[in-house]
Amino acid sequence: MALLEVENIRKSFGKTRVLTDISFNLEKGRTLSIIGSSGSGKTTLLRCLNFLETPDHGIIRVGGETVFNAETWNNMSEKEIRRRRLHFGLVFQSFNLFPQYTALENVCLAPELLLNEEAGQGRPKKELLEEIRSRGAALLTDMGLSDRMGSYPHQLSGGQCQRVAIARALALRPDILCFDEPTSALDPELTGEVLRVIRELAEKNTTMVIVTHEMAFARDVCHHVIFMDDGRICEQGPPEEVFNNPQQDRTKQFLARYREG
Amino acid sequence: MEMILQQLPVVTAALNEGFLQTLKLFFVTLIGAFPLGLLIAFGSMSRLKPLSVVTRVFVWIIRGSPLMIQLLIIYYFPGLVLKNPIWGGGETGRFNAAALAFIINYACYFSEIYRGGIQGIPVGQEEAGLVLGMTRRQIFFRVKLLQMIKAIVPPMSNEIITLVKDTSLARIIALQEIIWAGQAFMKGSHGISGAIWPLFFTAVYYLVCNGVLTLLLGRLEKRLSYFR
Ligand SMILES: Nc1ncnc2c1ncn2[C@@H]1O[C@H](COP(=O)(O)OP(=O)(O)O)[C@@H](O)[C@H]1O
Ligand SMILES: [Mg+2]
Repeated sequence: MALLEVENIRKSFGKTRVLTDISFNLEKGRTLSIIGSSGSGKTTLLRCLNFLETPDHGIIRVGGETVFNAETWNNMSEKEIRRRRLHFGLVFQSFNLFPQYTALENVCLAPELLLNEEAGQGRPKKELLEEIRSRGAALLTDMGLSDRMGSYPHQLSGGQCQRVAIARALALRPDILCFDEPTSALDPELTGEVLRVIRELAEKNTTMVIVTHEMAFARDVCHHVIFMDDGRICEQGPPEEVFNNPQQDRTKQFLARYREG
Repeated sequence: MEMILQQLPVVTAALNEGFLQTLKLFFVTLIGAFPLGLLIAFGSMSRLKPLSVVTRVFVWIIRGSPLMIQLLIIYYFPGLVLKNPIWGGGETGRFNAAALAFIINYACYFSEIYRGGIQGIPVGQEEAGLVLGMTRRQIFFRVKLLQMIKAIVPPMSNEIITLVKDTSLARIIALQEIIWAGQAFMKGSHGISGAIWPLFFTAVYYLVCNGVLTLLLGRLEKRLSYFR
């Protein structure tokens, strides 16, 4: 059974239809990339998965549990929304790190706040806090940032910031980690270090949804590709098929533009 | 010169007393205008259209007209026009009227600073917090508040320094602050008359006060400079 099931998601802003009948599945441990020209609705789709936008229609299931159903969403409590949100993580194009916290504090803040809410579990709080800290440190080390844990975001390069943001998202152990153009805000020479850590996550079977314009990366790393056009899924399949043998004219045109430039 | 040295003890004693009233007006204004400004800021950002429009027009009127006129209206309007002299005649009445005028005026200036501080925080900060499962309350207190304070301190410092000097406007309703005290020596007071230097000397008080404030506020700004 698929870990993530998305069924008939629709979203409009006022009169503008931005997403039309988006449906796809994603297996556990697999990586999905979403490609498509600017304005095709990729960001909006990720924001729907993270409940930053509320779809007008459709269902989202994680591990068989319905986490979103447009029909019953209105009377959902904020607490419940927050719980369901934790199935997903989101890495933003512009990092959105908290400037007043160090790299390590950025990673540990949310787990610590959650710990404050969940009373006890029988173990002393100090021990649990130390566990969060050491896990945060381990995540940053995985990201190649063992020497920058005490640095503030403004002291880090864009590539380093984005790696902190990835560690921060992983700290809550989401089932599915989403990336919205994680390298688009970076200088070209810094994209490599970020793509490398995402590639490592894919090798460790992290379930991921990655919106990207890095076609070579999508082809190499991802198991499944969705091409979006004007708010619809125009074509989807394994990367070999979508990239080497696209069926739709729109896909061909889109890919041709990337080959030229 | 000799004359001035002779007059100095009497004059400083009188100026000190006047400056005490100046300081009182300064602190009462800050204590009132800090929270009222925040309230006005929330009003002007309200999603209730009528509330935000009314608040913004009010702020525009207060910021667009001289504080001196506002002082005169608040002090004289109830007695002379409504025939209901709520302020009474004494120094307490003058102080209360002045404090009210200053609090309203400065709250309007502060509200714009607060608004800038609140709206200046990128939405990405709130969204990052939400995605990490934080409550809106946690996001406000743990993520946004310090960034707001950092953004607010420099413009707030400017207003606070201006306020020190603006307190002298209360002279227009004869509040016995330091300008009033200095001027008294021209007409005659404490056995001294025709002396203009005490009035000029009041500037030293303002300078010292603002020197101290600049130092303190600069230190606060520096303490918040560890992040950007
Ligand atoms: N909050 C919003 N209000 C109105 N229109 C929006 C909003 N967010 C996105 N849109 C519109 O939705 C469309 C898709 O945007 P987006 O999801 O950002 O596309 P992409 O990420 O593929 O570039 C665009 O036409 C955009 O203008
Ligand atoms: Mg986008």
